[in-house]
Amino acid sequence: MAQREAVIPATTTRRLWTWFHRLASPRYFYELAGRLIPWFGWAAAVLLAAGLYGGLWLAPPDYQQGDAYRIIFIHVPAAWMSLFAYVAMAGAGFIGLVWRIKLAEVVARACAPLGASFTLLALCTGSLWGKPMWGAYWVWDARLTSELVLLFLYLGYIALDAAIEDRRKAARATSVLALVGVVDIPIIHYSVEWWHTLHQGPTVFKLGGPSISLDMLVPLLLMVVAFKLFFFAMMLVRARTEVLEREVNSAWVREVVGEP
Amino acid sequence: MSAGAPPGPLAAAAALVRRDLTLFFRRRAEVLNPLLFFVIVVTLVPLGVGPEAATLRAMAPGVVWVAALLAAMLSLEGIFRSDYDDGALEQLAISPQPLAVLVLAKVLAHWLVSGLPLVLLGPVLGASLFLPGRAMGALVLGLLLGTPVLSLIGAIGVALTVGVRRGGVLLSLLVLPLYVPVLIFGASAASNAAAGLDVSGPLALLGALLALALSLAPPAAAAALRISLG
Amino acid sequence: MKSFHEFITMGGFAFYVWTSYAIFAAIFAWNVIQPLVHRRRVRERLARRLRRMQP
Repeated sequence: MAQREAVIPATTTRRLWTWFHRLASPRYFYELAGRLIPWFGWAAAVLLAAGLYGGLWLAPPDYQQGDAYRIIFIHVPAAWMSLFAYVAMAGAGFIGLVWRIKLAEVVARACAPLGASFTLLALCTGSLWGKPMWGAYWVWDARLTSELVLLFLYLGYIALDAAIEDRRKAARATSVLALVGVVDIPIIHYSVEWWHTLHQGPTVFKLGGPSISLDMLVPLLLMVVAFKLFFFAMMLVRARTEVLEREVNSAWVREVVGEP
Repeated sequence: MSAGAPPGPLAAAAALVRRDLTLFFRRRAEVLNPLLFFVIVVTLVPLGVGPEAATLRAMAPGVVWVAALLAAMLSLEGIFRSDYDDGALEQLAISPQPLAVLVLAKVLAHWLVSGLPLVLLGPVLGASLFLPGRAMGALVLGLLLGTPVLSLIGAIGVALTVGVRRGGVLLSLLVLPLYVPVLIFGASAASNAAAGLDVSGPLALLGALLALALSLAPPAAAAALRISLG
Repeated sequence: MKSFHEFITMGGFAFYVWTSYAIFAAIFAWNVIQPLVHRRRVRERLARRLRRMQP
């Protein structure tokens, strides 16, 4: 009996381990991602539509900011995803560096343009929100400033990736850079926060006080999930393309490319 | 130490520091250029914003720190570039010594010739911008704690770009955003002191940054070097 | 929202709100189109290369 009990977890671990190995095989990943992308993509589209409808039409105007607050439904998800994408990029890069899993390198690289896009979106919407609220398109607000530095980190990553011709070398170098960035981001964030309070910048407004009404919260959460699903869908599309490019010489790619 | 046995890591590091310092003194002009740049940038500021003492005094800590950041960045390539070009770096990478320790030695040698002069020039340039005398201590102490962090973070950037042709501009794009905390804490230490406020907070934070960079940057730069060397 | 007019004017904040959403739409559209176009180009390039290899 005791022996039997010991056997079950061992097989489970083994199964999990084989699953990992299969996932790390480019071909399996290519097929699995191909099946997942439509689900992620369409779910993102539906949630996005629902979130936009709820946020732009159903939700009532804020009692302090009127309708200007509606920028929140894209600004906050974009700002969250900008950080999430960086951490995902660094995490995948770490896995690629330590366990030499090529697939992780591919995933890390696919995160960069999406993360940079989300950062740019958060910056633009933050600035457009700032004009009616603060009276200026740009104030050196702590969060906006950290977001700007984050954009520079993304651009540095992309530039380093573009500058190194050898793909393996580029993937490993950018992973080191992403890891350095991920250590530095909390420090940058903290230092900018500290610098901001030191300079007594414009008073940061609070959205309708501490309690946000359900009519606003539900569309916001829908948009957050939609952004995340969108990120995964398009990250997988990018990763699949790069898997094809990297595995040109294997038989299965010949089959995939051969079929029109 | 018996002949034939490899020296310990510390002895190797000391030898490397001596070698790098000798090399730097042979290429004096190259080492002096970033310092000259530091002085010129600070000189340009009054020409751009006007000679009013009050304006310049308010800007002095920030200007000196930004100029120090740029000057430090300009000199960064000197850490690894020439050794990469002549193959010495590969010899270091295959030596039995831990590469992180050797990297630390190279960064130390580089800081002694490029960072330390910035620390010494800082108060002179601060005075030219009417920075009050009571702020000089905080400025110098801040530079003393901050410039090694600049060299350490920069070493990672150089290690990543050393194999890239025309990596200079790329290097600044990689490294400058990472310098933000040093700039903030360094400049506010000096401006706090100028305003007669407490400086222990920013200086302690700079010290913490230095401790963190000393422990994490050498292994990261060593890993980056191994990648660049292929 | 009570009326379509209110929806369009956004209580006087139309410019800020709609510019934000336009940038959002443009960035999302780019993030959909660019990877798909890139994928098609890569597949065409790989197919050409394979045809050259096995005539």
